[in-house]
This record gives sequence, structure tokens and C-alpha cells, in this order.
Amino acid sequence: MIVRALHRWPGLLALALVTMLAVTGAALSVFPAAERLAAPQAEQAMSVADLAMRIKATIPGVEQIKRSPSGRITAYWFDGGTPGSVVIDPATGAAVASADSNKVERWLTNLHRSLFLDDAGRIAMAAGAAAMLVLAVSGCMLVARRAGGWRRWFAPLRRPLAGRVHVEIARGAVLGLLLSSATALWMTASTFGFFPDKAVVPELPSTVSGEMGARLESMPLLAETPVSSLRELSFPYPGDPTDVFTLKTDSGTGYLDQGTGATLGWSDLSGWQRVSEIIYMLHTGQGASLLGLLLGLMALGVPAMGVTGLFIWLAGRSGRPRIRDNAAPGRAETVILVGSEGGSTWGFAATLHSALTRAGQHVHAAPMSMFDPTRFSRARRYVVLAATYGDGNAPASAKGFLDRLARLPAAPDAPLAVLGFGDRSFPAFCAYAEAVAVAAEGKNWPLLLPFDTVDRQSPQEFARWSRTLGEALGIDLELNHQLVHPETDALTLVSRRDYGHEVQAPTAILRFALPRLSAWQRLTRQGFAGFEAGDLLGILPEGSPMPRFYSLASGSRDGFLEIVVRKHVGGICSGELMGLEAGGTVAAFIRRNPAFHADRNRDALILIGAGTGIGPLAGFIRANTSRRPIHLFFGMRHPGSDFLYREELEAWSAADRLSSLSTAVSRGASPRYVQDALRAEAAEAARLIREGARVMVCGGRQMAAGVSEVLTRMLEPQGLSPAVLKAQGRYVEDVY
Amino acid sequence: MRTIFAALALTTALTLSGIAMAKPVTLTTTLKNYGGNGAYLAIYVTDPKGAYAGSLWMAGTKSKYYEHLSDWYRATGGNTAEINGITGASVGAGRQMEITLDLADALFDAGYILHIDAAVEDMRDSPNEIAVPLTAGGASQSVQGRRYIANFSYGM
Repeated sequence: MIVRALHRWPGLLALALVTMLAVTGAALSVFPAAERLAAPQAEQAMSVADLAMRIKATIPGVEQIKRSPSGRITAYWFDGGTPGSVVIDPATGAAVASADSNKVERWLTNLHRSLFLDDAGRIAMAAGAAAMLVLAVSGCMLVARRAGGWRRWFAPLRRPLAGRVHVEIARGAVLGLLLSSATALWMTASTFGFFPDKAVVPELPSTVSGEMGARLESMPLLAETPVSSLRELSFPYPGDPTDVFTLKTDSGTGYLDQGTGATLGWSDLSGWQRVSEIIYMLHTGQGASLLGLLLGLMALGVPAMGVTGLFIWLAGRSGRPRIRDNAAPGRAETVILVGSEGGSTWGFAATLHSALTRAGQHVHAAPMSMFDPTRFSRARRYVVLAATYGDGNAPASAKGFLDRLARLPAAPDAPLAVLGFGDRSFPAFCAYAEAVAVAAEGKNWPLLLPFDTVDRQSPQEFARWSRTLGEALGIDLELNHQLVHPETDALTLVSRRDYGHEVQAPTAILRFALPRLSAWQRLTRQGFAGFEAGDLLGILPEGSPMPRFYSLASGSRDGFLEIVVRKHVGGICSGELMGLEAGGTVAAFIRRNPAFHADRNRDALILIGAGTGIGPLAGFIRANTSRRPIHLFFGMRHPGSDFLYREELEAWSAADRLSSLSTAVSRGASPRYVQDALRAEAAEAARLIREGARVMVCGGRQMAAGVSEVLTRMLEPQGLSPAVLKAQGRYVEDVY
Repeated sequence: MRTIFAALALTTALTLSGIAMAKPVTLTTTLKNYGGNGAYLAIYVTDPKGAYAGSLWMAGTKSKYYEHLSDWYRATGGNTAEINGITGASVGAGRQMEITLDLADALFDAGYILHIDAAVEDMRDSPNEIAVPLTAGGASQSVQGRRYIANFSYGM
């Protein structure tokens, strides 16, 4: 929680400042590289004496020679009252270009470091750099935590688009941002004189020979020093016998007698100075232009991360209820751990949290994925509220909980209550919560309350459970949970196609018009903006507070919402939908389901579905404009009656959006199920999986179990299994 | 235009000679439009033997950059105690700086020379940009600098 707050607030507050720093920094990174390319370089063994002589021959009035870190050599002279300067080709000593400083670069530099506001601006920009440093460090910790450890830094992610883009950019750019922001802070501190890194010069010689005109090549120090280590060489004032040559190199500063050529004094760079110079090089890329370009490129990720970060924040705000007065983890007596997929379990957590807080307790609510007993040092009891995702899997906010629990040397002493949320019409009812309860028992975690469940978000069951919790705590606890209804829109049916009457499975493909979106929804991709095939359409049937979910067979780019519905006997929602005529409306909302999106890489997809399960799979194929290989296995009852999407599949096949189609027909002389069709193609399917293909299964529970069995046998010889593929995100199911 | 008044206690050498008489002198420095960031200027005096005698003013507050005022830095070792209390902001291109300070009478017509070192970020350093003898007769006479200073004069 603290790490996330450390990431969120500097990010939002400093968004403009950090973006300004990043964009100007990226633009500035180009200059050292351009200078490096344009500057004629000195040959390897050339000495400063050689260079000075060549320049003196073409520019007799030369006063000073400077070498920049890029290797560019500039000569300065003073002639007849006017100063001049040119870039020199060290090979000839001749002028090759004007040495005027670049106006654009200077303008950008001043904007980048001080917003043209001098010291106040420098402090503001340093605050921006500090914000960037905090963001980079806290962001790394968040990524590591989400991915399940530092070793899994590059593990693939299943998250909504904004979150994915945010993290993918961060993974690539964060090292550069850490370096740039840390060096920026050092440079600001150095500019304000916080470090003893000022230049050290030798004592001015008290006696000089008083002669003039020693030859440059006879000065040992100049002959020994290679041009590559030269910083600058200043000539004595013409006609002033008391003046000296001043030589600055990358190791120090010294004086030379202009009459004898002898070295009159030398002082080395101090350690602080060397460090400051290295920091300067790392930050500006001057003397390390490739690194500079790389840092510039990484900085360009900052604006993109700013925008996606803003979306993540907005989406997070709308996704779950705010927990008011959430106690700090280290102060909480009661810790509520929430495993929620769509946010409704958070609603129950918020109700429990506020009731306990009103009863005078310090209560901390956190996602189950943040479970870490060392953070909850004063916890006297734990309450786990957990939904279940799919076939007994962890819901989104509980990822990694069981692993964390398993890794603990011992369960916490504070007792535990587990409450599962689910739907009894599914066989895996509260299976995840149950798995948590079993794992806790295995660890000998003391019980506060026995395992209990809430069916279909029933407020009555929740109230009953809360009374037993109240008894256990010795307080009067009566929770009156108001279901938070998601905001729905009225969707208008545009068209329907009916199938399956002949085989006693009335099914329809329903197509709804997209509701009008506000500009804000479009921008933040909330509501009906930016959904994909595989996301869920929640429908609130008349007379029931419980939404039913249908997998979407279309994405927002298609311009319509399409679902496949089969009529169930006595089903309120399917009955309402099947009775709908074109022009009729239903109340609906979108729930994102990033775990069941077709990812964006080029590896083959193996799609397996039966009956209405073809919906999202058809959506993936429809969206496959990049023509990645997609192989579809589809099970139906009879091709004459419920061959859903038949015409489209033919057209998509002709357009290379679908590579192959294998069907299985379950009615007739030789009934076959989709898993049989898969088994028939086992060799080919196994080859595709070996080469990286991803398997996506959608349909009924029995079918999914059958597919898993076939896959297990098929992959065994390769030392693979559905479980391994699942862990890699290459085997996903949407099962009902 | 900027006017700064400073009471100057100039160098031990001069106070040791026991001369306490002083008069206000105004130093006016106008910069050229050289097209760069603000200039750092070190104004100081050398004695008849050419040795550093003391500083009159430092325009520019970041000691990190003083090394580019190379004659002044060489003479003082960059010791900021030399300019304690007589430091102001750097001077922008095309701008004028006016300073009024009390200078000991003994400095005039005695072989003392007033120097200005100038430096601008990312441009050439210009030590000894100005070197004018301090004389009663030279007052109010305008001198041109080598690189950055359009004109400089001191008036009594």
C-alpha cells in the first residue's frame, strides 16, 4: 500500500514536470551524438605539442585550445581587437567549422534544468528529478511484486491494456530513468555547492624565467600529453614575460614556463572532481554519446507512462469502492484480505470494514496478493473474503496468495476466518476460498470461524455470517450490505440469428448497437469504450439483482456488441434475451476479462470451443487482421442446425484470418466431441504447442475437462502438461 | 540597470599601510549582446608589481563556475572568502551592472590596475577582459572589453 502510494502521488503531482524533464532531456541527448559525428578526430598517438604547433602555424594569434569530450577541438584567438573561434581539424590544424554555440541546445538546456527561472527553476526541476527517482524505485518494487519476484521481472502480464503498456515500457526504460534522475540530483547538489568538488589549481609560480619563446615541441609536458587526454591549453598573454602556459588534462592542471618549457606546478584532479565529471558524463552523454542517446530514448517512455499511469489510476478509482479510514498495515488489529475478480467482493469488504471501524477497531483491508504477516505486526485476527475465478483459480487480487502462505515458515498466531463468495450453479463453487481454507489448515493456522460461503452475493447470508463473526469478537455486528449495482446502459438489439431448434438447443447470435459514449469514457476507456472479444457483457435481467455474464464475440473496433446465448430451461436471463426482438433493449455493462484476451504476438493460437463457447473465439478470428495462424476446433450437435458462424468462418478462412477449422458433430451415426477432433489432430497440435502456440478453451465444463485430458496425454511425451502451459499463460480457459 | 552599494574593506595590504581615507566610486559595466547565458564577472585589483591585491565584486553566485574566471581563480585559489559579502547575480547579455563602493584613495595614481575576468557557459573564458589603471584622470573614461564587455568606466 505504501509503495503504491509512493508511486501514485508523486506520479500524479509531478506528471507535468517529469514529462517536461523527459522530453527536453530526450531532445538534448541528440546533440552530443551529433557533435561526436561531426567532429574531426585526432589520430591516436598525437601529442598536445604537435596539435598546438599545427594550430599555431595556421592561427598565429591563438590564445587557447580546447578539446570537448566528443573530441571536437576548438581554437580561440584574438586578432586586431576582435576575438575569434573555430573548430579545428587536428590532422591539418586548419579551421573546418564555426565554433558558435548552438542556440537551440542552449535554450533546451536552460528549459531542462531551470525552466528559465534560475535557482527557483533549478530547485523545481530537481524536485521533478526526485519524483522520477521515487517513481522508478517504487515502480520497480511494484513490478517485482506483481510478477511474483525479481527473477520474474520479464514474466508476461495479463492486465488491461493501459497497465500492460505501462509496465512493458517501464521494464525497458527504468534503468535509464534511475540513472538520469539520480545523476540529475547529484548535479543540482554540485551546482549549489553541496560537494567539495571545486577545481583545484596549483599555486601560481612565484618565479618564472622571465624569458619568452620556448618552442612548443621542447616542452616535455606538452610532448608527453596525448591529445586524447587534453582539456584545454591556454597560451601566455603576448608580450607578458611573467605569464605562463596553463594546461588542463583529464588528470589535472599544470603551468609551463614560456621561456624554458619547464613544468612549474601541477595538481591532480580531486576524487570529488573525478566523480562529478563521471556523473556529468553519464547524465549529459557528453563523452558517452551512445549512452546519451539510449538514455534519451528511455526518457521518451516517460510521457507514455504518464498517460497510461493516469488511466490506471482512473480505472482503479472506478473499479472498486473506496475503503474509508483504512488503518496502516502495522497498526491494524483486524486485517481483511480480499480476493476479488470484478470488484463485488471489495464491496463486501468495504461494508465489513466500516462496521468494524465503527465498533472502534483499527482495520486494514488489502488485496490477498499483498499478504505478508511481517507487515501486519499488530494483527489479532485475519478475515479472508475470496471469490473464485473460473475453475477454482485465484481471482485477480489474490494472485500468489497460496504461494506466499506456503513459503511462510509458520502460519500467523492471529486466528483466521475465510468466507467464500460464489455461485452455486457452478461446480467449482467457492473452490478457491476452499483451497485457501485447506491450505491454512495444513499450516495449522488457528481458526477464528469455520469456513463459510455466500451464494450469489446474498446479503442475507453475509449478514448471517457477520453475526457469527460478531459473536467471536464479542461485539454486536449486523452487516447490512447494499449490493452495489454496476452502472448499466440500455443496449438495443440490432439483429439476431437463430440456430439449434431442431436439436433441442435453441441458440442465438445477438448483435447490439454500441451505446453512445461520452468523450470522457472514450478517453479513459471506461464503460463501453475499448472492450475486446473475450471481455464479458454483464446483463441485469428484469427482476433479479444478480447480473449474468456472457463472453463478447466482438471488440469495440467492430462497432457492435455480439454475444451467443443458449436458452436454458427456467433461465431468467437467457429467457429474456431469447425473447428479445430487434429494437428491444436490455440493461448491460462491460466487465474486463484480460485473462481471456488473444495476446498480441505472432505465435499460433489453438482455439477450442463447443456450442455457445465459439462466441469469443469467433471474435478473436474476426479481429485477426494481422493473419497470425489460428486453428479452430469447434464442436456442435448437427451441422444442419447449430453450425454457428458458418458463413463468417468460411469468409475468414478465405481471408487467411483462420488457418484451419476442425469440427466435431455430436449427433448422428458416429457422435464425436470436440476433444475427439483435437485427438485426431494430436500430432499437428503438439507440434504447434512445442513451437509456442497458445491454447484457449471456451465452453462447458465437461468439454473443458475432456480437452484437458486429451492435452495431458498428447503433451506427456514432450514433458509438458496443461498445468505447465497454464503457468506460462499459454493455456487459458473460459468455462461455464 | 542595477545599482549596488557596498562598503569595501579592501585587502590587508592597504589597511596595513594605515590609510583610512576613502571615497565612493561607481563601476559601470555594460555587456555586449553576445548571445549566451548570463556572464560571470570577477572585478579585482593588482598592485604595482602585478600581484593580486584584492577583489571588488563577483557577479555570479555558483562557486563551481569560478574556475572559468581563470586569472582571478589562479590568484585566489578560488577562495570564496575573498568575495564574502561582495557577490551578486550574473549579468545577462546586453545588460548593465552598476556598483558603488568605497575605494581607498591610496589605490589611485599608485600603479594599481583594475581587472575584470569574464566567463560565459559553453563559450570561451575571457580572463583579463578589462585591465585599466586606477587614476584620478582616468575616471569616467570608457574602456572596451576584449570579448563580452561593450564598455566599462569608473566614476568618482
